[in-house]
Amino acid sequence: MASAPSKLYADDVSLVVVLLDTNPFFWSSSSLSFSQFLSHVLAFFNAILTLNQLNQVVVIATGYNSCDYIFNSASDLNRSFENGRMPVMSSSLLQKLEEFLIKDEQLSKGEPEGRIKSSLFSGSLSMALCYIQRVFRSGALHPHPRILCLQGSPDGPEQYVAIMNAIFSAQRSEVPIDSCYIGAQNSAFLQQASYITGGVHHKPQNLDGLFQYLMTIFATDLHSRSFIHLPKPVGVDFRASCFCHKNTIDMGYVCSVCLSIFCKHHKKCSTCGSVFGQAQSEAASASDKKRKTPET
Amino acid sequence: MASGHVTKRAKYKTTIKDPGTPGTLRMTLEKILFVPHNPKSAGKLDVEFRYIKGQKHTKEGSNKPPWLNLTNNQNGSFIFEFENYSDLHDCRDFVGKVLAKSGEVSEKPTVAYPDEQLSAAEMELRIKLLQEDSELQKLHKQFVLSGVLTEAEFWATRKKLLDREASKKTKQRLGFKSAMVSDIKPSTDGRTNKVTFNLTPEIILQIFAEKPAVHRAFLTYVPNKISERNFWTKYFRAEYLHSTKNSIAAAAEAAEDEELAVFLKQDDILASEARRKIRRVDPTLDMEADEGDDYTHLPDHGIFRDGNKEMTESQNELYKRTLSQDINRHAAVVLEGRAVDAEFEDTKAVAEALAQSKRESSNKGESDGDTSRERIERLSRMTEIEDLQGSNNLPLAPLCIKDPRDYFDSQQANALRTSGDALGGTEQIKSSLSIPEVYSSLRESISSIKAMGWKEPIVKPEVAYQVFDALTNSISNTKHNIGKNPQESVLDRLPRKTKEELLHSWTSILELLKHFWASYPITTSYLYAKVNRLKDAMSNIYPQLEEIKGSVPSELRHQVSLLVRPMYQALDAAIQHYEASMQKRSTQSGEKPNGYV
Ligand SMILES: [Zn+2]
Ligand SMILES: [Zn+2]
Repeated sequence: MASAPSKLYADDVSLVVVLLDTNPFFWSSSSLSFSQFLSHVLAFFNAILTLNQLNQVVVIATGYNSCDYIFNSASDLNRSFENGRMPVMSSSLLQKLEEFLIKDEQLSKGEPEGRIKSSLFSGSLSMALCYIQRVFRSGALHPHPRILCLQGSPDGPEQYVAIMNAIFSAQRSEVPIDSCYIGAQNSAFLQQASYITGGVHHKPQNLDGLFQYLMTIFATDLHSRSFIHLPKPVGVDFRASCFCHKNTIDMGYVCSVCLSIFCKHHKKCSTCGSVFGQAQSEAASASDKKRKTPET
Repeated sequence: MASGHVTKRAKYKTTIKDPGTPGTLRMTLEKILFVPHNPKSAGKLDVEFRYIKGQKHTKEGSNKPPWLNLTNNQNGSFIFEFENYSDLHDCRDFVGKVLAKSGEVSEKPTVAYPDEQLSAAEMELRIKLLQEDSELQKLHKQFVLSGVLTEAEFWATRKKLLDREASKKTKQRLGFKSAMVSDIKPSTDGRTNKVTFNLTPEIILQIFAEKPAVHRAFLTYVPNKISERNFWTKYFRAEYLHSTKNSIAAAAEAAEDEELAVFLKQDDILASEARRKIRRVDPTLDMEADEGDDYTHLPDHGIFRDGNKEMTESQNELYKRTLSQDINRHAAVVLEGRAVDAEFEDTKAVAEALAQSKRESSNKGESDGDTSRERIERLSRMTEIEDLQGSNNLPLAPLCIKDPRDYFDSQQANALRTSGDALGGTEQIKSSLSIPEVYSSLRESISSIKAMGWKEPIVKPEVAYQVFDALTNSISNTKHNIGKNPQESVLDRLPRKTKEELLHSWTSILELLKHFWASYPITTSYLYAKVNRLKDAMSNIYPQLEEIKGSVPSELRHQVSLLVRPMYQALDAAIQHYEASMQKRSTQSGEKPNGYV
């Protein structure tokens, strides 16, 4: 990061870390073409940087096999227009993106089977948080960071633990995660990430107007959010269901080691292999005996 | 019982030992009236119910007669002896009902004690807990006074609360005064030059605590070598010499008087303690760096005491004591708090008690050999760079999770279900393209935008208008969704009353469910009856929830029903369980209607 001139940061100076979904499998099946998407998104980055001179945009590509930083407005300081078509920094972003995709492709091992595979959201989220931690440590003067996920790929359940850890660490460092889902279904990860961290989640209905959604909702800096009305979800149902039958349950057994939930007593945890002590029947009969004695 | 009064023959007793005046006890919703059979007898009573705070009664089967003890709000009590326990129980239930009602007006909690003999202290504690926690009080009123739960059942689930309260009883200790000992000013008689110091054990304790050398001297010299009076006279002489800041005079007097010298010299106990403390200072702290901050020696700087500038002289260091030393020592002692608690009459006792407490505390944590090792350990802890260290080798088994996808399925399936997006849709049609194909199509997109530049315009005005319109519309439609604080919960957007009702419904439901599920498996007729009581109470909650839903404006109704839905589900689950187990019971053992397994 180039050292920013030591100016006083106002409360509306933002650092937006954008996680850009570059999963080729998603984009080959999406109704919105990747070039259209980039057109909206690049204009949006430009708009954020124009909103406040001190604003900063960092872009991390969320690939299929890897993730990487592809843009940082603090080091790409050239704001001029290249032959009138787009700002120089946009073309440098595209350049980096191309290089990233080549590397990402090289890492591929075999064709994915079945449904569309998820992109490496946990990785890019962690990178974003690391970057923000570095900014926090850079001194008392820093912009207010937030994360914006632009994602279309389906959730990757195998990343659950890593993603939830990242979400909780964002919550602890008070970094809101905004999310804009441009895929076919909605993403439970993104909903939860925004919900837990106090960010905004939105799923645009009309992708041709993506830029308008981005500007209306996601350009709002954290300070202005205290008085600007943004869309809010009606509420997310985070009730648990058991690991064994996937039924929604009100009461169940929880593994004290890994927090797996079961509707019935098991001898051994199917998730972490811990052996559960004291059979339930023994405990019950012991308490039965106790209960019988007073006979009130 | 539904009638508004109850009349029983009883004896009115002013104390437990009082044989009692026979007469008629009549209780209405407002009053308690006692009319003795003998009109001349003095035991006539006419008390309004609002003065009654609680009731106690004897237990059937205990060898005590049926007594009912009504306590009033002045801690007085009225004791009635009944002819039999059924009369007593009628009256007890009546009082309970009236108190429950009046509790709604006056916020005094009432504690009724069926089936339990409690000590006064236990009762006090329960009343205190209820008074301090309005939610607890509400629950108590709602379930205990209405008979859904007994007093014992209610508290049985809160034993921890009772225990913790009891153990917390150690009372706050009085600390040292923050005034300095040196601020004790003598009184003069106005004629002679004689001054008189008034020393209280309190002041003496403080002097001993702040000046361990004085304390030690007192223990060694008084009364064998010098009298106590003499001791303090010398002490104040020394204090006077200090205040004159004439360290030469102080040195001269100290040379002549051994005991006086003790007071004038630097406190050696303090000095060695200070050295020990320095050894324990965070080893990474650079104290030399702070030395530059000391500018008291510069002109126009320094501390003034009693109007005089404190001068730093180089000679007679031994007899010099600075104000900052005094203040620091005083502050340390005040912060340490007093180890000696009791009230003392004489100085000797004070001195010995302090010595005793010091021995105890030094026995606890003082083996000097350890400190150097401890210091090295600390040093390595402070300078260690966490990221570069291996794991701490804790004796823990590593967590190995076979398949994290289970967590996702367990939790997030619901989230997607409610947000109206089909989860099954995740099984999207796989694109027919191969890896190189998908990547190259992605790169083509990039090349095309590089060549063509941004789409012009980025958004068509009519599309932008549509989006903006739709967003604004959805935001204003859910205007209750909007709060100043984006983190604000749904509850905060509801009217205050609704919010409170909802929260209270939850706590009452949880209370009932806790007791309900804890009663299974049903092994006694007692539990059987309890479960029936709880089931009835739970059924009564349904209309209440409907009422809450009905009471809110239509645009909030959806929000409220979302909040109420899990309450219904929890209640439904319990009632379903109840009915299923009832059915099983009736088919299994029809001949045992009482519910024994
Ligand atoms: Zn199950
Ligand atoms: Zn487990």
